[in-house]
Amino acid sequence: MSRKLELIVLAIFLIFAAQFVYMSSTTDAEYGGADGEAEGVIYEITGGTYEPIAEPIWEPPSGEIESLLFGLQAAIGAGIIGYFLGYYKAKGRYENDIGYKDKSKPSDRQSL
Amino acid sequence: MHIMEGFLPTPWWQLWFVVSIPVIAFGIYKMNKLINEKREVLPLLAVAGAFIFVLSSLKLPSVVGSCSHPTGTGVAAIMFGPAITAVLGTIVLIYQAIFLAHGGLTTLGANVFSMGILGPVVAYLVYKAGMKANLNFYLVVFLATALGDWATYVTTSVQLALAYPAGDVLTFAGFMSSFVKFAGVFAVTQVPLAIMEGAVSALLFKYVVNVKSDILVEMNVLEDSVVRKLRGNPA
Repeated sequence: MSRKLELIVLAIFLIFAAQFVYMSSTTDAEYGGADGEAEGVIYEITGGTYEPIAEPIWEPPSGEIESLLFGLQAAIGAGIIGYFLGYYKAKGRYENDIGYKDKSKPSDRQSL
Repeated sequence: MHIMEGFLPTPWWQLWFVVSIPVIAFGIYKMNKLINEKREVLPLLAVAGAFIFVLSSLKLPSVVGSCSHPTGTGVAAIMFGPAITAVLGTIVLIYQAIFLAHGGLTTLGANVFSMGILGPVVAYLVYKAGMKANLNFYLVVFLATALGDWATYVTTSVQLALAYPAGDVLTFAGFMSSFVKFAGVFAVTQVPLAIMEGAVSALLFKYVVNVKSDILVEMNVLEDSVVRKLRGNPA
Protein backbone atom coordinates (compact mmCIF):
# COMPACT_ATOMS: atom_id res chain seq x y z
CA MET A 1 0.00 0.00 0.00
CA SER A 2 1.42 3.32 -1.04
CA ARG A 3 2.04 5.85 1.72
CA LYS A 4 2.02 8.90 -0.53
CA LEU A 5 -1.13 10.42 0.92
CA GLU A 6 0.13 9.97 4.49
CA LEU A 7 3.33 11.80 3.58
CA ILE A 8 1.42 14.69 2.02
CA VAL A 9 -0.80 15.01 5.10
CA LEU A 10 2.24 14.85 7.36
CA ALA A 11 3.89 17.62 5.33
CA ILE A 12 0.79 19.83 5.61
CA PHE A 13 0.71 19.16 9.34
CA LEU A 14 4.38 20.03 9.78
CA ILE A 15 4.00 23.29 7.86
CA PHE A 16 1.06 24.15 10.10
CA ALA A 17 3.00 23.27 13.26
CA ALA A 18 6.10 25.19 12.17
CA GLN A 19 3.97 28.23 11.40
CA PHE A 20 2.39 27.99 14.86
CA VAL A 21 5.72 27.70 16.66
CA TYR A 22 7.13 30.62 14.68
CA MET A 23 4.09 32.84 15.22
CA SER A 24 3.72 32.09 18.91
CA SER A 25 7.40 32.81 19.61
CA THR A 26 7.67 36.03 17.59
CA THR A 27 4.33 37.66 18.36
CA ASP A 28 2.37 37.93 21.57
CA ALA A 29 -0.91 36.79 20.04
CA GLU A 30 -3.26 35.53 22.71
CA TYR A 31 -4.75 32.57 20.89
CA GLY A 32 -8.18 33.09 22.36
CA GLY A 33 -11.25 31.66 20.65
CA ALA A 34 -12.59 33.18 17.43
CA ASP A 35 -16.04 33.10 19.05
CA GLY A 36 -14.84 35.49 21.72
CA GLU A 37 -13.42 37.83 19.09
CA ALA A 38 -16.77 37.85 17.33
CA GLU A 39 -18.30 38.91 20.63
CA GLY A 40 -15.93 41.88 20.59
CA VAL A 41 -17.00 42.79 17.06
CA ILE A 42 -20.65 42.64 18.13
CA TYR A 43 -19.99 45.06 20.98
CA GLU A 44 -18.11 47.34 18.63
CA ILE A 45 -20.94 47.44 16.06
CA THR A 46 -23.74 47.90 18.58
CA GLY A 47 -21.73 50.32 20.67
CA GLY A 48 -21.77 48.00 23.68
CA THR A 49 -25.53 48.15 24.09
CA TYR A 50 -26.35 44.56 23.24
CA GLU A 51 -27.43 42.29 26.06
CA PRO A 52 -27.43 38.56 25.33
CA ILE A 53 -30.99 37.27 25.34
CA ALA A 54 -30.03 34.06 27.11
CA GLU A 55 -27.23 32.67 29.23
CA PRO A 56 -25.75 29.17 28.89
CA ILE A 57 -27.64 26.84 31.21
CA TRP A 58 -24.38 25.42 32.56
CA GLU A 59 -20.79 26.44 32.05
CA PRO A 60 -17.70 24.38 32.77
CA PRO A 61 -16.49 25.74 36.11
CA SER A 62 -12.90 26.13 34.90
CA GLY A 63 -10.69 26.01 31.83
CA GLU A 64 -9.30 22.66 32.96
CA ILE A 65 -12.73 21.08 33.12
CA GLU A 66 -13.62 22.53 29.76
CA SER A 67 -10.48 20.92 28.33
CA LEU A 68 -11.50 17.65 29.97
CA LEU A 69 -14.87 17.72 28.26
CA PHE A 70 -13.36 18.63 24.89
CA GLY A 71 -10.85 15.83 25.33
CA LEU A 72 -13.62 13.43 26.25
CA GLN A 73 -15.49 14.40 23.11
CA ALA A 74 -12.44 13.68 20.97
CA ALA A 75 -11.77 10.38 22.77
CA ILE A 76 -15.31 9.10 22.28
CA GLY A 77 -15.15 9.92 18.60
CA ALA A 78 -11.68 8.45 18.09
CA GLY A 79 -12.71 5.25 19.85
CA ILE A 80 -15.72 4.77 17.62
CA ILE A 81 -13.70 5.41 14.45
CA GLY A 82 -10.98 2.96 15.47
CA TYR A 83 -13.42 0.28 16.55
CA PHE A 84 -15.41 0.24 13.33
CA LEU A 85 -12.47 0.58 10.94
CA GLY A 86 -10.91 -2.37 12.74
CA TYR A 87 -14.19 -4.26 12.57
CA TYR A 88 -14.39 -3.71 8.81
CA LYS A 89 -10.76 -4.64 8.31
CA ALA A 90 -11.08 -7.92 10.17
CA LYS A 91 -14.40 -8.67 8.49
CA GLY A 92 -12.82 -8.12 5.10
CA ARG A 93 -9.90 -10.38 5.99
CA TYR A 94 -12.16 -13.21 7.11
CA GLU A 95 -14.39 -12.98 4.09
CA ASN A 96 -11.92 -12.40 1.30
CA ASP A 97 -8.48 -13.53 2.37
CA ILE A 98 -9.14 -16.48 4.63
CA GLY A 99 -12.23 -17.50 2.71
CA TYR A 100 -14.96 -17.75 5.30
CA LYS A 101 -17.35 -16.09 2.90
CA ASP A 102 -18.71 -19.27 1.32
CA LYS A 103 -18.81 -21.41 4.45
CA SER A 104 -21.17 -19.23 6.39
CA LYS A 105 -22.91 -16.13 5.26
CA PRO A 106 -24.93 -14.62 8.06
CA SER A 107 -27.25 -11.83 7.04
CA ASP A 108 -25.98 -8.44 7.97
CA ARG A 109 -28.91 -7.86 10.29
CA GLN A 110 -27.74 -10.66 12.53
CA SER A 111 -24.06 -9.91 12.30
CA LEU A 112 -24.52 -6.46 13.78
CA MET B 1 -17.95 28.90 14.35
CA HIS B 2 -20.63 28.65 16.92
CA ILE B 3 -22.65 31.72 17.61
CA MET B 4 -22.72 31.98 21.37
CA GLU B 5 -25.74 31.51 23.57
CA GLY B 6 -27.97 34.56 23.53
CA PHE B 7 -26.07 36.39 20.84
CA LEU B 8 -28.74 36.36 18.16
CA PRO B 9 -31.52 38.88 18.76
CA THR B 10 -35.15 38.01 18.41
CA PRO B 11 -36.28 37.69 14.84
CA TRP B 12 -33.09 35.90 13.83
CA TRP B 13 -32.75 32.94 16.14
CA GLN B 14 -36.33 31.85 15.48
CA LEU B 15 -35.81 32.32 11.77
CA TRP B 16 -32.81 29.96 11.67
CA PHE B 17 -34.77 27.35 13.60
CA VAL B 18 -37.54 27.62 11.03
CA VAL B 19 -35.02 27.04 8.25
CA SER B 20 -33.15 24.21 9.98
CA ILE B 21 -35.90 22.10 11.52
CA PRO B 22 -37.42 20.86 8.21
CA VAL B 23 -33.98 19.80 7.02
CA ILE B 24 -33.28 17.92 10.25
CA ALA B 25 -36.69 16.23 10.05
CA PHE B 26 -36.03 15.20 6.46
CA GLY B 27 -32.58 13.99 7.51
CA ILE B 28 -34.04 11.81 10.28
CA TYR B 29 -36.52 10.35 7.79
CA LYS B 30 -33.75 9.60 5.28
CA MET B 31 -31.51 8.16 7.96
CA ASN B 32 -34.24 5.76 9.15
CA LYS B 33 -34.93 4.69 5.61
CA LEU B 34 -31.25 4.08 4.90
CA ILE B 35 -30.73 2.07 8.08
CA ASN B 36 -33.81 -0.06 7.42
CA GLU B 37 -32.81 -0.76 3.85
CA LYS B 38 -29.08 -1.25 4.33
CA ARG B 39 -28.29 -2.32 7.83
CA GLU B 40 -24.61 -2.68 6.98
CA VAL B 41 -24.10 1.08 6.63
CA LEU B 42 -24.68 1.58 10.35
CA PRO B 43 -21.00 1.33 11.36
CA LEU B 44 -20.03 3.72 8.59
CA LEU B 45 -22.65 6.16 9.83
CA ALA B 46 -21.12 5.89 13.29
CA VAL B 47 -17.66 6.56 11.86
CA ALA B 48 -18.88 9.65 10.01
CA GLY B 49 -20.62 10.93 13.15
CA ALA B 50 -17.58 10.19 15.30
CA PHE B 51 -15.37 12.04 12.84
CA ILE B 52 -17.50 15.18 13.34
CA PHE B 53 -17.21 14.59 17.09
CA VAL B 54 -13.42 14.43 16.99
CA LEU B 55 -12.75 17.28 14.60
CA SER B 56 -15.17 19.73 16.15
CA SER B 57 -13.54 19.18 19.54
CA LEU B 58 -10.08 20.14 18.29
CA LYS B 59 -9.56 23.79 18.95
CA LEU B 60 -6.54 24.61 16.85
CA PRO B 61 -4.49 27.79 16.90
CA SER B 62 -4.48 29.66 13.63
CA VAL B 63 -2.32 32.20 11.82
CA VAL B 64 -3.97 35.35 13.06
CA GLY B 65 -3.61 34.49 16.72
CA SER B 66 -7.02 33.09 17.45
CA CYS B 67 -8.28 29.55 17.86
CA SER B 68 -11.05 27.80 16.08
CA HIS B 69 -11.98 24.28 15.21
CA PRO B 70 -12.70 22.30 12.05
CA THR B 71 -16.18 20.88 11.54
CA GLY B 72 -15.63 17.40 10.11
CA THR B 73 -19.00 17.45 8.38
CA GLY B 74 -17.60 17.11 4.86
CA VAL B 75 -16.95 13.37 5.20
CA ALA B 76 -20.51 12.62 6.24
CA ALA B 77 -21.84 14.87 3.48
CA ILE B 78 -19.87 12.96 0.83
CA MET B 79 -20.93 9.57 2.19
CA PHE B 80 -24.55 10.19 3.15
CA GLY B 81 -25.58 13.53 1.65
CA PRO B 82 -26.31 16.83 3.41
CA ALA B 83 -29.64 15.92 5.05
CA ILE B 84 -28.28 13.05 7.15
CA THR B 85 -25.22 15.16 7.94
CA ALA B 86 -27.52 17.81 9.39
CA VAL B 87 -28.76 15.24 11.93
CA LEU B 88 -25.22 14.21 12.91
CA GLY B 89 -24.15 17.84 13.19
CA THR B 90 -27.13 18.61 15.42
CA ILE B 91 -26.10 15.88 17.88
CA VAL B 92 -22.60 17.33 18.18
CA LEU B 93 -23.90 20.88 18.54
CA ILE B 94 -26.29 19.87 21.32
CA TYR B 95 -23.45 18.15 23.19
CA GLN B 96 -21.30 21.25 22.94
CA ALA B 97 -24.14 23.61 23.85
CA ILE B 98 -25.10 21.70 26.98
CA PHE B 99 -21.77 20.48 28.36
CA LEU B 100 -19.31 23.04 27.09
CA ALA B 101 -21.27 26.30 26.94
CA HIS B 102 -19.92 26.39 23.40
CA GLY B 103 -22.58 27.53 21.00
CA GLY B 104 -25.99 27.59 22.62
CA LEU B 105 -29.54 26.34 22.64
CA THR B 106 -31.13 29.56 21.37
CA THR B 107 -28.53 29.80 18.61
CA LEU B 108 -28.75 26.09 17.81
CA GLY B 109 -30.88 26.72 14.72
CA ALA B 110 -28.34 29.13 13.26
CA ASN B 111 -25.40 26.88 14.12
CA VAL B 112 -27.09 23.83 12.63
CA PHE B 113 -27.72 25.80 9.48
CA SER B 114 -24.08 26.81 9.03
CA MET B 115 -22.32 23.64 10.21
CA GLY B 116 -24.94 20.97 9.51
CA ILE B 117 -26.59 22.21 6.34
CA LEU B 118 -24.78 24.81 4.26
CA GLY B 119 -21.23 23.55 4.74
CA PRO B 120 -22.23 19.96 3.89
CA VAL B 121 -24.22 21.13 0.84
CA VAL B 122 -21.13 22.91 -0.47
CA ALA B 123 -18.95 19.85 0.24
CA TYR B 124 -21.45 17.60 -1.48
CA LEU B 125 -21.71 19.76 -4.60
CA VAL B 126 -17.95 20.21 -4.88
CA TYR B 127 -17.50 16.46 -4.52
CA LYS B 128 -20.03 15.63 -7.23
CA ALA B 129 -18.58 18.24 -9.58
CA GLY B 130 -15.02 17.09 -8.94
CA MET B 131 -15.81 13.43 -9.53
CA LYS B 132 -17.60 14.32 -12.74
CA ALA B 133 -14.51 16.18 -13.89
CA ASN B 134 -12.52 12.99 -13.31
CA LEU B 135 -10.05 14.48 -10.88
CA ASN B 136 -8.09 12.36 -8.42
CA PHE B 137 -10.47 11.06 -5.76
CA TYR B 138 -8.42 12.16 -2.75
CA LEU B 139 -7.87 15.60 -4.25
CA VAL B 140 -11.63 15.94 -4.71
CA VAL B 141 -12.25 14.87 -1.10
CA PHE B 142 -9.68 17.41 0.04
CA LEU B 143 -11.27 20.23 -1.95
CA ALA B 144 -14.82 19.31 -0.98
CA THR B 145 -14.19 19.04 2.76
CA ALA B 146 -11.93 22.09 2.93
CA LEU B 147 -14.38 24.28 1.02
CA GLY B 148 -17.31 22.90 3.02
CA ASP B 149 -15.52 23.76 6.26
CA TRP B 150 -14.72 27.23 5.05
CA ALA B 151 -18.26 27.80 3.77
CA THR B 152 -19.54 27.03 7.27
CA TYR B 153 -17.58 29.92 8.72
CA VAL B 154 -18.50 32.30 5.93
CA THR B 155 -22.13 31.41 6.67
CA THR B 156 -21.64 32.21 10.34
CA SER B 157 -20.28 35.61 9.33
CA VAL B 158 -23.32 36.18 7.12
CA GLN B 159 -25.67 35.20 9.95
CA LEU B 160 -24.00 37.58 12.38
CA ALA B 161 -23.85 40.38 9.83
CA LEU B 162 -27.58 39.98 9.15
CA ALA B 163 -28.30 40.24 12.85
CA TYR B 164 -25.84 43.07 13.48
CA PRO B 165 -25.70 45.32 10.42
CA ALA B 166 -23.69 48.48 10.90
CA GLY B 167 -25.95 51.40 11.77
CA ASP B 168 -28.62 49.13 13.31
CA VAL B 169 -30.80 49.07 10.20
CA LEU B 170 -30.50 46.23 7.73
CA THR B 171 -29.27 47.87 4.54
CA PHE B 172 -26.96 46.31 2.02
CA ALA B 173 -24.12 48.67 2.88
CA GLY B 174 -24.58 48.05 6.60
CA PHE B 175 -24.67 44.33 6.05
CA MET B 176 -21.51 44.37 3.97
CA SER B 177 -19.64 46.51 6.46
CA SER B 178 -20.48 44.10 9.30
CA PHE B 179 -19.87 41.05 7.13
CA VAL B 180 -16.34 42.19 6.37
CA LYS B 181 -15.66 42.56 10.10
CA PHE B 182 -17.04 39.15 11.06
CA ALA B 183 -15.44 37.46 8.08
CA GLY B 184 -12.16 39.03 9.19
CA VAL B 185 -12.51 37.06 12.41
CA PHE B 186 -13.99 33.78 11.23
CA ALA B 187 -13.13 33.26 7.58
CA VAL B 188 -9.48 34.30 7.89
CA THR B 189 -8.88 32.20 11.01
CA GLN B 190 -10.43 29.26 9.26
CA VAL B 191 -8.32 29.06 6.11
CA PRO B 192 -5.44 26.98 7.55
CA LEU B 193 -7.87 24.87 9.57
CA ALA B 194 -9.93 24.14 6.48
CA ILE B 195 -6.78 22.92 4.76
CA MET B 196 -6.03 20.64 7.71
CA GLU B 197 -9.57 19.31 7.70
CA GLY B 198 -9.35 18.56 4.00
CA ALA B 199 -6.10 16.65 4.47
CA VAL B 200 -7.36 14.57 7.40
CA SER B 201 -10.64 13.84 5.62
CA ALA B 202 -8.78 12.54 2.57
CA LEU B 203 -6.81 10.27 4.88
CA LEU B 204 -9.96 8.90 6.52
CA PHE B 205 -11.41 8.20 3.09
CA LYS B 206 -8.28 6.32 2.13
CA TYR B 207 -8.78 3.93 5.05
CA VAL B 208 -12.48 3.49 4.39
CA VAL B 209 -11.72 2.69 0.75
CA ASN B 210 -9.14 0.17 1.90
CA VAL B 211 -11.31 -1.71 4.35
CA LYS B 212 -14.85 -1.30 3.06
CA SER B 213 -14.98 0.05 -0.47
CA ASP B 214 -17.95 -2.11 -1.51
CA ILE B 215 -20.27 -0.10 0.73
CA LEU B 216 -19.18 3.15 -0.92
CA VAL B 217 -19.89 1.65 -4.32
CA GLU B 218 -23.28 0.44 -3.17
CA MET B 219 -24.25 3.86 -1.88
CA ASN B 220 -23.15 5.45 -5.19
CA VAL B 221 -20.42 7.46 -3.51
CA LEU B 222 -17.75 5.95 -5.72
CA GLU B 223 -17.80 4.06 -8.95
CA ASP B 224 -16.44 0.56 -9.11
CA SER B 225 -13.77 1.50 -11.65
CA VAL B 226 -12.47 4.30 -9.42
CA VAL B 227 -12.21 1.95 -6.45
CA ARG B 228 -10.20 -0.56 -8.45
CA LYS B 229 -7.83 2.14 -9.55
CA LEU B 230 -7.40 3.44 -6.00
CA ARG B 231 -6.70 -0.01 -4.62
CA GLY B 232 -4.29 -0.69 -7.42
CA ASN B 233 -5.73 -3.98 -8.62
CA PRO B 234 -7.27 -3.63 -12.05
CA ALA B 235 -8.94 -7.03 -11.80
